[in-house]
Amino acid sequence: MNIQIKNSSNDPIYLQIKNQIRDAIINGELEAEELLPSIRLLAKELRVSVITTKRAYDELENDGFIHSVQGKGSFVAPQNSDLMKEKLLRKIEANITEMLHCAQLADFSLDELIEMIKIMEEEHAECD
Amino acid sequence: MQNAIELRGLKKRLGSFELGPLNLSIPKGCIVGYIGENGAGKSTTIKLMLGLMKPDQGEIKLLGKSIQDMTPEMKKDIAYVFDDLYLPESMDLESVLHFHRNFYGSAWQDKTFSELNARFQLPNNKSIKHFSRGMKMQLGLALALSHGAKLLLLDEATSGLDPVIRDDVLDLLLEYIQDENHTVFVSSHILSDLEKAADYIAFIHKGQLLFMETKDDLVNQYGITTLSREQLEEIDDKAIVGKRTHQFGVEVLLKKELIPNDFELEKVSVEDIMVYMIKGER
Repeated sequence: MNIQIKNSSNDPIYLQIKNQIRDAIINGELEAEELLPSIRLLAKELRVSVITTKRAYDELENDGFIHSVQGKGSFVAPQNSDLMKEKLLRKIEANITEMLHCAQLADFSLDELIEMIKIMEEEHAECD
Repeated sequence: MQNAIELRGLKKRLGSFELGPLNLSIPKGCIVGYIGENGAGKSTTIKLMLGLMKPDQGEIKLLGKSIQDMTPEMKKDIAYVFDDLYLPESMDLESVLHFHRNFYGSAWQDKTFSELNARFQLPNNKSIKHFSRGMKMQLGLALALSHGAKLLLLDEATSGLDPVIRDDVLDLLLEYIQDENHTVFVSSHILSDLEKAADYIAFIHKGQLLFMETKDDLVNQYGITTLSREQLEEIDDKAIVGKRTHQFGVEVLLKKELIPNDFELEKVSVEDIMVYMIKGER
């Protein structure tokens, strides 16, 4: 697993760590029951404070992505991929509704919108 | 959880300077940056903790024990690095090692010391009089880390050292706190790169503790931006922590929660916060 901390990012460091581990779990790079690095090791390697990595792990645990066992460490929680897709689908729907609303206000046509999505998708793919 | 450092109502008067009353609790397992201007009381606090000075009032507990009740054996759990070694300058590496081995007895770890020595590549054949400032600090750190201490106190230890050595120190501190029973207390007027690893920042000004907060919360609370004088007028006075006015605008450090969300702010460092807070007061 790779974790990149960007100082230029507007997200606080704990959130950058949290999001990258979450993404690695969602896309299957980290498998269920896999042992994660300890918060202290992660802090040392990334050269951030222990409180920062602990916060990332605490939030991942609250969101159900990992579970911690006292004295043993943190493990990737088994993910229900159907449920996850369902959640993401809802999120997409909500965003599209918002987008359509804005497009109506700005008098954008559907074709223009689709064109915009295509352009942004290409840019997004380059960023990855 | 047990606190590694606990100061209660600590007071010390030195001429016209007065430290405290100081209350400070530092949980174990973390790195704390103790920052402030020169003369703010940082070194006095550390000297009091080490028993090099007696407080006028108040209590000091280290690793759960009041310092007056500590036996010499318990004191081996505490290590310190100052800006100087305070050892006779004619000593060479061998005699320094011999001295510390005898001093710390069974707590002394030859293996750790030789590993750190190899890492720093300190010269064997020179007396410490001929050591550079960086080498002296590295030796001090190697000595401090070689007797199994649970609490490490650094007093301006890395100030004025080159960035490569400071970077090594950062790694060493992060390695040291891999053991969750270990705690580091770094006092400095300039944390710079060590800031990365700090869990908490305690800020002392004119003998008073202004705050102790987690570094993450601290740097997220504030933002810096440059405004025109007209824009500045529209901002809530309470949101302005400090400002620097120049001919072409005003640079301000702002409290994020007191300004509109759409305001574009740049990230701040602990140093920015320190400078603007002290200057804002003047």
